[in-house]
Amino acid sequence: MSVHRTSVALVAAAGALLALGPVIPNWAVSLVNVSLGIGVVVLGMMVLMRTGLVSFGHGLYYCLGAYAAGLASNRFGAPDMLAMVAGGALAALLVSAVLGLLLAKYREIFFAMLSLAFSMILYGLLVKSADLGSTDGFNVHAKSIAGFAVEGDAHRLGVYSVIVITAALCALLLDAYLRSHRGRLAEAIRDNELRVEYMGASVFATVHLNYVISAVLAGVGGALMAIHIGHIDPEMTYWPQSGEFVFIGILSGTGSVFAPLLGSVVFETVRSYAYEKSPDTWQMVLGVTMLMVIVFLPGGLWSLASRLRGRPDSARTGG
Amino acid sequence: MAVILDARGLEKRFGAVTAASNINVSVEQGAIVGLIGSNGAGKTTFLNMVTGYLRPDAGSILFDGRDITGQKPRRITQQGICRSFQIPQLYNSMSVAENLMVGVGIVASGGRGWAASNALDGTPEQAVSRMLEQFGLAGLRHRQAGLLPEGTRKLLDIAMAMVVRPRVLLLDEPTSGVSADEKFALMDMVMAAVRAMQVTVLFVEHDMEVVERYVQRILAFYEGRIIADGPPAEVLRDVEVRRFVIGEQDPPAGDRHA
Amino acid sequence: MSQIPAVLADAVVYASWLFVIAVGLTLIYGVMKILNIAHGSLYALGAYSAVTLAGGWLAKGYAPLGSYAMLALAALLVGLIAGPVIERGLLRFLYAKDEIVLVLVTYALFLILEDAIKLTWGVDPMFVAEPYALLGNFEIAGLTYPTYTLVLVAAAIVVGLALWWALGFTRSGKMLLAVIHDREMSAAMGVNVGLTYFVTFTIGAFLAALGGALTAPTISVVTGMGAEVIVTAFAVVVIGGLGSLGGAALGAVIVGLVRSAAVHYQPELELFSIYLVMAAVLIARPKGLFSGAEVRKI
Repeated sequence: MSVHRTSVALVAAAGALLALGPVIPNWAVSLVNVSLGIGVVVLGMMVLMRTGLVSFGHGLYYCLGAYAAGLASNRFGAPDMLAMVAGGALAALLVSAVLGLLLAKYREIFFAMLSLAFSMILYGLLVKSADLGSTDGFNVHAKSIAGFAVEGDAHRLGVYSVIVITAALCALLLDAYLRSHRGRLAEAIRDNELRVEYMGASVFATVHLNYVISAVLAGVGGALMAIHIGHIDPEMTYWPQSGEFVFIGILSGTGSVFAPLLGSVVFETVRSYAYEKSPDTWQMVLGVTMLMVIVFLPGGLWSLASRLRGRPDSARTGG
Repeated sequence: MAVILDARGLEKRFGAVTAASNINVSVEQGAIVGLIGSNGAGKTTFLNMVTGYLRPDAGSILFDGRDITGQKPRRITQQGICRSFQIPQLYNSMSVAENLMVGVGIVASGGRGWAASNALDGTPEQAVSRMLEQFGLAGLRHRQAGLLPEGTRKLLDIAMAMVVRPRVLLLDEPTSGVSADEKFALMDMVMAAVRAMQVTVLFVEHDMEVVERYVQRILAFYEGRIIADGPPAEVLRDVEVRRFVIGEQDPPAGDRHA
Repeated sequence: MSQIPAVLADAVVYASWLFVIAVGLTLIYGVMKILNIAHGSLYALGAYSAVTLAGGWLAKGYAPLGSYAMLALAALLVGLIAGPVIERGLLRFLYAKDEIVLVLVTYALFLILEDAIKLTWGVDPMFVAEPYALLGNFEIAGLTYPTYTLVLVAAAIVVGLALWWALGFTRSGKMLLAVIHDREMSAAMGVNVGLTYFVTFTIGAFLAALGGALTAPTISVVTGMGAEVIVTAFAVVVIGGLGSLGGAALGAVIVGLVRSAAVHYQPELELFSIYLVMAAVLIARPKGLFSGAEVRKI
């Protein structure tokens, strides 16, 4: 079987980033770390959007992944980055498998609102948990990678490599899933659920699966961000954080697994630039950008890329 | 010929309205059956009960000897009964070929619930291409489904029912919304495909020209009951049918086109 | 000592406040099918305007009682300026979009307004405590309350009664209800849907701003207050049933009681409990407590 174009491009891009790691300046390392950490969460948004769903509460899994990673590291004596990522993924998997049973029946605004409620429940719990640092959260210390202790420059490069490799792996796996028969059902469900059932597939099971996948990706992204920033707090599950994920998802488009990762790089670059130039108007810049995308580019930035290459693009925003 | 579909004593009420009353239908394998009757006579209710969209209040439906009463549409499809829709149910953002590929993909990834008869021959791509050929859609394979003209939408809708390789196909008004000069071309295409795949067909139709031309047997519905059942020549001569289904003034049958 | 009177009294105050904010949100959703995240920003805008107008009034040394008029004026100005500008300048071009896309549009609007507020008023907390202090306190069942809280309760009652009267007993109100009930049908019957939307959004914006303006004297007005209030308001309207005015009242009472009980008995569960109720209602009755079932036809 031939290897798909996207897979080759992903491996090549990851390889190039890893090679560049030791030579690029600190700010660039940080930009890549944040963009890909958030990018993994947005990959999850993409799965939902393809299914026609928008969650205003995915911060739940982002936060859960980060706290699981933080607790794994600080409480349970597993300060290994890989263990932290696995912990984040596992926590998101367990919680989403249960909540997904409820959410998979919901659509549109009701899906968005129930997701929001769940994420705010976690927020309400965390801000009052003195044990977990309440609103301040706590610091996270990742000390090793697969058993090898890392410090100083090696730590910096190690975090970078873990994030790049994890993000690339997530994108590779997701791409394979989305190209499978099961994965392609997402868009069929978005278009016409009734027909999917009359073609013999379970809409509920597919929505549930896609929800869990998107949650695990958000959990992994949260763990990566915990490792990168070294600090976590309840704001990670506050609704504006979830809104930001939706924002980047809309900005990126759902045409390819590259879209969320690149969209996230664009977003973080614009944000850090705008924030530096004018800390009081960067949200305004974001808001205006979002309106422009919704009105003029409903398929997101990725549709612009495929338009330039002269190919029709079937991807659209959710809903 | 063996009986493939057997409905016994089906009842369905919506509040005060009786949509199905003691419906008994036995269909032999390979038969082409037309369901006629005015609006609200119970044809679509019958179809909805067979395909699992509605659960009958009483009675049972046997498919190939197995009880499928009240099962979900998905389970019924998996066992070999599929349907088309009066309003085409397409995946509007996808291309024509992708619309069919969804169904082929569902069959290909299979699972426990599927009957052996559904199994594809060849690759999924071949299965899609064959279906496109059979329904004369090959030239439109890359066109977006949401932008097709109504006649083509109806055709694709039926092809989407056929693509999961059912043994029984239920068509809900296949020619409604199709222009008079297109309807026979559409039905010829559908019937050729049906014969090639040896599928048993039940179809709801208002157009008596279409019914007379394609079916071997007619079920005439009136107020939730079956008032006549037999070969077209016989049923269409029936007094009750002439009065309640075709209309008392006895207009030329073609004028009943919905 | 029993805390029940205190719990109930706090609940009444909190529910009144919630109702004023949430009823505008649910009205806009009911008529326009827009779940307006920017409602939170309009609330903040009302609060900031109130600080400026009432503060300015008092700084000039005018009669302190006039500061109450300034609060109302602030809400009116925000409603009459921001409402029409947003509806005519942006939303009306997007009505054809999906409901969920419209949520995103209002989210973008929320981001823009948040910064507009920062640019206008800066990021430091602002206060105008005089209207609050001026009225002194009163006692009820052995509990001391600031008399100003009665203003909030009265405002909720007046808003509720006004809407009830306007919708039930005026021609334009009945048209509004018709649009809530069936948009296409009422358009076909000759209701001017465009005008209805315009008026609805303006009233909704006014109510959000009124909530903010009345709250301003009781708190420090800070950036981010819009984000906090909108998610609580969502809980209220979702519990009652999106688009239902009676539901907004019921939701406000439920959230008011739950929060008040939590604050008195288990303070660490304050936020948690509100959203737990929201999730529970969505799970048990997805369309809220005040709603009927819908059936799809094929």
